[in-house]
Amino acid sequence: MIEVQDVTKSYGTTTAVDHVTFNVNKGEILGFLGPNGAGKTTTMRILTGFMPATSGTARVSGYDVFKDSLQVRRHIGYLPEAPPLYPDMSVEAYLEFVLRIKDVPSEKHASLVDEALAKTNLGDKRHELIKRLSRGYKQRVGLAQALVHDPDVIILDEPTVGLDPKQIIEVRHLIKALAGTHTIILSTHILPEVSMTCDRVVIINKGKIAAVDTPQNLTSQLRGGQRIRVETKAPEKQLQDVLSHIPGTVRVQVASAGGDGHVAATVESAQGQDVRSQIAAKIIEKGWPLFELHGLALSLEDIFLQLTTDDAAHAQPSN
Amino acid sequence: MRSMYAIYRKELGHYFVSPIAYVVVGLFLVLCGYFFDLYLSDAMRAALEAQMQGAQFGMPSNFDVPSEVMRAFLGVLALFLLFFMPMVTMGVYSDERRRGTMELLMTSPITETQIVLGKFFASLTLFAVMLLPTASYILFMWFKSEPMPPLRVVAAGYLGLLLFGGSLLALGSFLSSLTENPIISAVLTFAAFLLLWALDFGSSAAASTVESVVHYVSVINHYQGFTQGVIDTSALVYYLSFMIFFIFLTVRSVDSMRWRRA
Repeated sequence: MIEVQDVTKSYGTTTAVDHVTFNVNKGEILGFLGPNGAGKTTTMRILTGFMPATSGTARVSGYDVFKDSLQVRRHIGYLPEAPPLYPDMSVEAYLEFVLRIKDVPSEKHASLVDEALAKTNLGDKRHELIKRLSRGYKQRVGLAQALVHDPDVIILDEPTVGLDPKQIIEVRHLIKALAGTHTIILSTHILPEVSMTCDRVVIINKGKIAAVDTPQNLTSQLRGGQRIRVETKAPEKQLQDVLSHIPGTVRVQVASAGGDGHVAATVESAQGQDVRSQIAAKIIEKGWPLFELHGLALSLEDIFLQLTTDDAAHAQPSN
Repeated sequence: MRSMYAIYRKELGHYFVSPIAYVVVGLFLVLCGYFFDLYLSDAMRAALEAQMQGAQFGMPSNFDVPSEVMRAFLGVLALFLLFFMPMVTMGVYSDERRRGTMELLMTSPITETQIVLGKFFASLTLFAVMLLPTASYILFMWFKSEPMPPLRVVAAGYLGLLLFGGSLLALGSFLSSLTENPIISAVLTFAAFLLLWALDFGSSAAASTVESVVHYVSVINHYQGFTQGVIDTSALVYYLSFMIFFIFLTVRSVDSMRWRRA
């Protein structure tokens, strides 16, 4: 549905987006995760046909975003970071205006507006002037604007900013409900949001893609107990040998840990296998003292920090 | 076409929902009414004096009150436009940029030309609405004065006003597209109008080539003919090309928002 091929965008000497390549399948929700200034908004603006890329190609619904920009814009709904609202219009008039500039035949307007208002829970604010609405409601009007013309692709730049917790949950449900019939890209810096709503995550930093994976894969290190740290006092070679023979382990790394002959081993187990009890049993069996045994859980935050900071110190997984 | 009409309607709605239209149109009409009354009583006094003088020396008076009033009135209307048009155009693009709604327009299936033309025709419509009530003064003269106001002068005068006003709107919109700040846009526009107007000073002799070019460029110059009931082709061409030139520049300027760093 969306194919981004080697897209680069530079402003003068600074490169905002650097050779980015990814695909989004039909009906999928793709999360765009990255710190401020990572190039999320720029990438989205290129996809919506707002600005051209310096090099590379991007296609939405089979149309090139630069050559067939008008066709692309017909198939896209876009909520920029700040919802693009006209404060002097009523919610209803605003949505009708959006439908008109999206070139939707006027006989469909009434039903599409009703639908969008229902989806975003704005029914009771229908005739209210936008400038009288609270921030959360304005955000919802922005969201209604992005989906009112029933586009194939919906691009949302930080859709839950400014909403209260209840509204955030509602918006997440809405986004999930829209998937399947619509293809969605959303950017966010809230990590749980990604794991809750997205099918796949693109982590972007300094214009470059750091990782593309499902949130499950990215967080499986957290849940599966995939990496375990053991500290004991034993001959390194023997420990290596013993641990490697435990069923379910994939890789074992042994290194001395400080003085007193302490040795630390990092054990990687196969996904979904918890080998902690076996390790403990084996070490006790050998008569070695067990000082420490714990899973090295990588939270999405850690993965994110690891991928997006140059500082090697941050790359050390925390417990 | 449909998208352009959508922009046109939105823009016109914006003028009349916000206080802009009422303030601008209202004040414009107050000033118009005051000056019309001033010119009318002036012309009537002058005509009366001419008549008395004529009677004294046994010559018939040929003082044409309606034409005189029309010429002075149309002249002062053009002057008002220099002050009122910047207020109409100052927010046309600046507001859209400031609110971020330009991003909505530019990611919709609508071309820059449609956006610019839709906005231009909306401002022209507001201008026409502004002028419309002044027609009642003409009607008043129509029924009350002897001789009747010359239709030729009225028609040419209003055509001239529309062309002159349209040119100012095109220039003002262009300047509005250059900045996010409506105040800066208004000041720029006002300065540009004054400059184009002042170009006429000191070049009226039109001695050298440079001076005649400057004389030609001055916006208000070509308007004089219209107030006397003359529709000059060169004036028509001047105003139309002025408008097209600045509409074209506005389209380029709007398009360049995609390339500039937002």
